[in-house]
Amino acid sequence: MNTLDYVNQILLEKTIEARKNKDGENFAEIPDFKPGDTVNVAVRVVEGEKERIQNFKGIVLSRRGSGINETFLVRKISNGVGVERIFPLYSPMIQSIKVERTGRARRAKLYYLRGMSERKIRAKTSNN
Amino acid sequence: MKSAILGMKLGMTSVLTEDGKSIPVTVIEAGPCPVVLVRTPERDGYKAVQVGFVDKKENKTNKPLLGHFKKSGVEPKRFLKEFRELQRELNVGDVLTVEQFVKGDKIRISGTSKGRGFQGVVKRHHFGGVGMTTHGQSDRVRHPGSIGSSSYPSRVFRGLRMAGRMGGKRATVRNLEVIDVIPGKNLLLVKGSVPGAPKTLLEIIKQ
Repeated sequence: MNTLDYVNQILLEKTIEARKNKDGENFAEIPDFKPGDTVNVAVRVVEGEKERIQNFKGIVLSRRGSGINETFLVRKISNGVGVERIFPLYSPMIQSIKVERTGRARRAKLYYLRGMSERKIRAKTSNN
Repeated sequence: MKSAILGMKLGMTSVLTEDGKSIPVTVIEAGPCPVVLVRTPERDGYKAVQVGFVDKKENKTNKPLLGHFKKSGVEPKRFLKEFRELQRELNVGDVLTVEQFVKGDKIRISGTSKGRGFQGVVKRHHFGGVGMTTHGQSDRVRHPGSIGSSSYPSRVFRGLRMAGRMGGKRATVRNLEVIDVIPGKNLLLVKGSVPGAPKTLLEIIKQ
């Protein structure tokens, strides 16, 4: 293993460790999910002193990078406006990721869903 | 206290902080650097230490250099560099390691930047280019424009910025922050980017 990979692994372990320490019992493993799945991301929002959880639920359009640099892109329709958020997969700001629905996708990046209506998106990513 | 070390750029990655920020870091393998020679004002006219970095096979070392290493009792090294005015007193055989650095230190890193070859004036000197593609200048968008006047001075001033070889020169980045030190593997994680491609030799100095 080359040294850079070693560093990446150490950083990843450290980041996960930090999350474990912070969450204690509430620590949630990162599930397996892929583009096309609908996920609910529980994001920590810090407002001044207080911290609360905000849910961001939407369809995963892409995953990129590897190890600690891995990110995923979630798109949802909020009040008729499309909203997309990119999360680092191992971000300490993510409390948990829950897969709400698995979807079938025939490619790795689902950017073509952007212009589509919700019904069409459902048809494109349904399991059957 | 001024401390210094030689290192080799390995590449970049990122560190995620507790508050969710992603910090870009460069991973540097730094040291161990044994002192090969001590320069003294009496003998050499200035004070400095010469340190080596990265082991080299004995049969790949030429005889004059081999003698130099034998004299100080240090294994042959690929790189030799001098550092001036280190405040710590060092003797031949002492070893510089990453343990001189701690999290949060501000350091300065010098190395040879990536060679870019012959580049135009827009990339090399951040010129804006001529700008327009109308008014008869469709074919000189990235040109330097005028390089001087005619009858006076009738010549081009020396040092005028033009196209030419870019990169492959010594470059220094100051005020880089040390994000982490891993002494077991002689590694230094530094915030931001440093000159050169991976495997570039770097001089790391803490003022």
